[in-house]
Amino acid sequence: MKAFLLLEDGTIFEGNSFGMEGKVVGEVVFNTGMTGYQEVLTDPSYCGQIVCMTYPLIGNYGVNIDDIESLKPQVKGFIVRELCKTPSNWRSIETLNEYLKRNEITGLEGIDTRALTRILRDNGTMKGTIITAEQLENIQEELTKVNSYTINNPVLQVTTNEIKHYKGEGYKIALMDYGLKQNIVRSLLNRGCEIYIFPATATAEEVLEINPDGIMLSNGPGDPKDCQFQIETIKKLIGKKPIFGICLGHQLTALANGANTVKLKYGHRGCNHPVKDIAKDLTYITSQNHGYTIVEESLDRETMTVSHINMNDGTIEGIKYKNAPLFTVQFHPEASPGPGDTAYLFDEFIKMIDYSKSSL
Amino acid sequence: MPKRNDIHKVLVIGSGPIIIGQAAEFDYAGTQACQALKEEGIEVVLVNSNPATIMTDTNIADKVYIEPLKAEVVKNIIRCEKPDSILPTLGGQTGLNLAMELAESGFLQEQGVKLLGTATEAIKMAEDRQDFKDTMERIGEPCIASKVVTTIEDAVEFAREIEYPVIVRPAYTLGGTGGGIVYNEEELREIGENGLRLSRVHQVLIEKCISGWKEIEYEVMRDSKGNVITVCNMENIDPVGVHTGDSIVVAPSQTLADKEYQMLRTSALKIISALGIQGGCNVQYALHPTSFEYAVIEVNPRVSRSSALASKATGYPIAKVASKIAIGYGLDEIKNAVTGKTYACFEPTLDYVVVKIPKWPFDKFVKAKRTLGTQMKATGEVMSISSSFEAALMKAIRSLELGIFTLEQDIYKNLEGSEILKKLHDINDERIFVIAEAIRRSITVEEIHEITKIDYFFLCKIKELVLMEEKLKTVSKDQLDKDILKKAKKMGFTDRIIAKLSGIPQKEITELRKQKNITAAYKMVDTCAAEFEAVTPYYYSTYDDHSEVKKSDKDKVMVLGSGPIRIGQGIEFDYCSVHSVWALKELGYETIIANNNPETVSTDFDTADRLYFEPLTPEDVANIVEAENPKGAIVQFGGQTAIKLTKALDDMGVKIFGTEAKNVDAAEDREKFDEILEKTGIPRPQGKTIFTLDEAIAAANELGYPVLVRPSYVLGGQGMEIAYNDKDVKEFMEIITRTVQEHPILVDKYMMGKEIEVDAICDGEEILIPGIMEHLERAGVHSGDSISVYPSQTLSDKVKEVIVDYTVKLAKALNVVGMVNIQYVLYNNQVYVIEVNPRSSRTVPYISKVTGIPMVNLATKVMMGKKLKDFKYGTGLYREPGYVSVKVPVFSFEKLHEVDTSLGPEMKSTGEVLGIADNFPEALYKGIIASGIKLPKPGDGILMTVRDTDKPELIHIAEEFEKLGFTLYATGKTANMLNNNGIATNAVRKLDEGSPNIIELIHAGKLAMIINTPTKGRNSDRDGFKIRRKAVEMSIPCLTSLDTAEAIIKCLKLGKTEGELEVLNLNIFDE
Repeated sequence: MKAFLLLEDGTIFEGNSFGMEGKVVGEVVFNTGMTGYQEVLTDPSYCGQIVCMTYPLIGNYGVNIDDIESLKPQVKGFIVRELCKTPSNWRSIETLNEYLKRNEITGLEGIDTRALTRILRDNGTMKGTIITAEQLENIQEELTKVNSYTINNPVLQVTTNEIKHYKGEGYKIALMDYGLKQNIVRSLLNRGCEIYIFPATATAEEVLEINPDGIMLSNGPGDPKDCQFQIETIKKLIGKKPIFGICLGHQLTALANGANTVKLKYGHRGCNHPVKDIAKDLTYITSQNHGYTIVEESLDRETMTVSHINMNDGTIEGIKYKNAPLFTVQFHPEASPGPGDTAYLFDEFIKMIDYSKSSL
Repeated sequence: MPKRNDIHKVLVIGSGPIIIGQAAEFDYAGTQACQALKEEGIEVVLVNSNPATIMTDTNIADKVYIEPLKAEVVKNIIRCEKPDSILPTLGGQTGLNLAMELAESGFLQEQGVKLLGTATEAIKMAEDRQDFKDTMERIGEPCIASKVVTTIEDAVEFAREIEYPVIVRPAYTLGGTGGGIVYNEEELREIGENGLRLSRVHQVLIEKCISGWKEIEYEVMRDSKGNVITVCNMENIDPVGVHTGDSIVVAPSQTLADKEYQMLRTSALKIISALGIQGGCNVQYALHPTSFEYAVIEVNPRVSRSSALASKATGYPIAKVASKIAIGYGLDEIKNAVTGKTYACFEPTLDYVVVKIPKWPFDKFVKAKRTLGTQMKATGEVMSISSSFEAALMKAIRSLELGIFTLEQDIYKNLEGSEILKKLHDINDERIFVIAEAIRRSITVEEIHEITKIDYFFLCKIKELVLMEEKLKTVSKDQLDKDILKKAKKMGFTDRIIAKLSGIPQKEITELRKQKNITAAYKMVDTCAAEFEAVTPYYYSTYDDHSEVKKSDKDKVMVLGSGPIRIGQGIEFDYCSVHSVWALKELGYETIIANNNPETVSTDFDTADRLYFEPLTPEDVANIVEAENPKGAIVQFGGQTAIKLTKALDDMGVKIFGTEAKNVDAAEDREKFDEILEKTGIPRPQGKTIFTLDEAIAAANELGYPVLVRPSYVLGGQGMEIAYNDKDVKEFMEIITRTVQEHPILVDKYMMGKEIEVDAICDGEEILIPGIMEHLERAGVHSGDSISVYPSQTLSDKVKEVIVDYTVKLAKALNVVGMVNIQYVLYNNQVYVIEVNPRSSRTVPYISKVTGIPMVNLATKVMMGKKLKDFKYGTGLYREPGYVSVKVPVFSFEKLHEVDTSLGPEMKSTGEVLGIADNFPEALYKGIIASGIKLPKPGDGILMTVRDTDKPELIHIAEEFEKLGFTLYATGKTANMLNNNGIATNAVRKLDEGSPNIIELIHAGKLAMIINTPTKGRNSDRDGFKIRRKAVEMSIPCLTSLDTAEAIIKCLKLGKTEGELEVLNLNIFDE
């Protein structure tokens, strides 16, 4: 069925709807990864967002049961240039269209995704709506709805309701779920860890009660400043146990340490972002998905050192804290999708726990 | 890490002549390398034997040596120039092997010359089969079950162990020369022995055959600090079993989920790190289609054909970055020229699909075996970019210039379904069309997949195209609504093919399309999927609403490129296109280039101001014209590809700079040309234009045999043959008319005289003739296949005067403005004109270099309104230099089975080399050895078997060889004749005279050279054909013209060794 993408500034793209036909409003962002659409769809950090893939052929390898980062697709809407109707891959169990339909996600295909990307690049992330031709009666009315759209507490929408426990022989890790990607769990399990996943609403006391060997702060959606409770919790956890934060976890930790965050014009979403590990003097290709960044000037240089920087735009990609066993990164060392070149950071986390144990 | 401070003067080694497996990509790579080094203030010394390259221009390198790529010669250059370093990894396998040879001999160390980039040990680790296998085992990367063997018995034993079929891969050879898949012991013995002989280190790898797995490649970069990135990955549509150079390739991979993509990416980075590569590297994988199992097939520790493709596919300049890495820079210190802001240390992301299709020489070599396997056969390739796979494939198909515009091919229409099904088993260049036909016949994609193992994804895409073709066949003009039309355009159908399929006139389709506002839009290749703004206007077309063409108020001129490298139209036309762009830039024009060859300098995003990576068909070019509205176009430099577009451009109202369209036509149109000759009083061999076989036979008989038969409007003598009787005429006509002929066929009297060639520049009033070349072989051998000498050594001043006079008259009569190439034959001391080409020719780069006249630059400027008198080169015949230059053709027969190696009017060479010296014999000697001919040594055996008409002449040649101490062999009659003339000759049996015969003699390794002049026609000489093919397989030089034999004698008499040759810096011609 004919459908449109209507952006907050009134720009219209005409395409065809797929997945669940209908209307969705969200923040429109683009992802430049050439593979990994299934991981993108199921990444809870995309909560509230309509994701446009810049690679034009999506759905080529279908959908399988393994490559998921959470139990269901998390995006608000999905935009592709060409939806593959005849996927081919030995693991594929259904088409992307079938998958989105089953999970009631609205998609739009057949638009000039490059033109859309250029608009988002030049004007910054915009709100927008995917809407079928039938539903689009009054553009002004729809625009009003689009402009009044806000994502409310997305972290609470995607976090776990209850504590989950994964057995392991190694260190006991408390993993704060702000919208975590399952590969963080897999990465820790691969290193023998025992894991307790806590809801984002868990208090510091609840977390410390299990006496973890280390704490991991996960990725998650939205504006970090909306997460005041979580920031307060982190303040109480710092110094108690070795901590490793990823993405939103990285931003929240910085806010907990008095730094500031700011929204990026159009964010970093893709699998090809070069990040320099300053100590190693090596640049790694990373997987990224974030719309906010830490303001460099706001860092407390006494306690915080920039450990990683983005080679494209110079933004902060990692911080090492001098006053506690704590480091955080903006990108996704757990990959999925994208390169696993920085998986070594999980090993460094384990080493940090080793060290804190031995120095006790 | 910043630039090393111990590098001041670098020797760059080129890749030599164009051969199958090593084409223009190394001119592109080498040119980028030289530029990258020069901009760092490093003095660059370049050596390459190939004069048709841009890298051998004196403005690209500081010192240029066009010398044979032989160790002893390069040693002399090093002694003379004293570079502190060598950059070995940008000159293909040839350059790398040569550098390794110099390093291994200890010479480099002795001279204090460093090898830049990847260390020698690392190269060995990647190139040596066993070392590589051991390394892979050490780092836990899976390889295919294989064993390196040095004897055929070991090969047989191992094959028994791993079971047939097995693949034979010789070590250190190009494009898989001498390898292949074998299914039993007999085949293994044959191919294995051949492979052992061809390998420089006498090693072959016997490998478990895993045909049917997906073949995936990764292009990776690493710097000395250890930063690693992948530039892109590519998926071969043809599964493992077809050489990657012969595969249809798509970038990025289409059927890999992120898990598989990252698994192989991680592996590639692990390998490049373990090998310690500094620069670019290519890793090839076989991926099991239904599991995560994979195997590393091969690693190229250097810039390769695939890296040229990856560079053009992504906009990431691999060769340039590899050069910067070699002199010490880190990937994080090299700027990304496309964005101007970001760094080379990132991974390009594509928001389009790229398709590469090889350009095979089977349209020329109709008898060649078309089967594709592990030995590469393509001479070049085309690349196309679009936002759908379908459109990219359709664009690539029409870029091939085969007269094919869609998947439907008439030749399959009349075949039964069962025959189509049978044909699906043949792995050859036509498979994609057979698949399309199979789909049309309702053979299921499952069945096709079962047979071809090609992934469903691609088969389904082909099906989409077939369905569209079928749909278009049924629509009437009223039904052809915006949706169908737009969909067809988005899938890459041209108006011409929509018209053909629907039966609606093309003009109406175009009008309808424009009415409905369906026009081409252009998108940019920017390395980053629009995430950052790009500063390099590198465009491809789509059928979208949003176009990214930047507006400009400057006067723009469009230069049309020459498409894929093929026999008859090689790298020299890219040289010309690029120089024309540079000249236009000097004049202050904004330049636009349109081309589709990913291997070239012209398709580098910083050559022209605007690059359009597009097919070169009238519609594709018209779209560019509409988007850019150029002041005019230049067609003289893009070979026949560009010339063919003259009329279309003229019809579009685009001004053709230089010779006008009607005059271009006058040179090609026989009748109009005859009128001109009559008016100017210039004789030419009598001839006729005909359309049918009957007319051809009548014409031939009227003119008297032998006659030349050929189609008009072709380059490289395509389809041209000498006919000696009616049977020959019949045979050739059949071949010619296999493709539809829009123009008449020419039948000319064949005159066996001396061929002379002239390139000239005319400004409409005055003419400058840089030089007169003479061919060593008599007329009848295509000019591209003859040894060509400049300045001419045998022409009298009187003849030269006549040639100058005729050239001036012809240029004026044809109102030539710009370039003209004229071929003459000197027969019984009279000069006849054979053909006039009002365009740049293949000799232009070489003549420019050895006269010091920048011909393309002058011609371009003249076309834009300048006069010859504005330049310092004067007019008339230019003064001759004190040096002799000899161009020697190079062939790739060892790659092309069942192609007759005898030379004739149809061009067969793939490349050329140049020998320069202050005397003719030495220049000839340099040319001969540079071309790869192994000169025989006294005591060696030479076999002579020639046609009757050549026998008298042979006596004197045989005598010379005898005097030089060779052992002579000849067949019955020839041996008798020679013995009767007092020349001791061993008689050998012909093939049908029992054992031992000629073939056995060749096999026994007793011969170091064969002189075999073919009798007549294509087919009649089966013995000779077998001898010539055997010679190719055994790497024994086989001369098919007595004139070439004379040349070899001159070389032998010179008595010099490679090390004794004086090396010459090309700057001598600039004085």
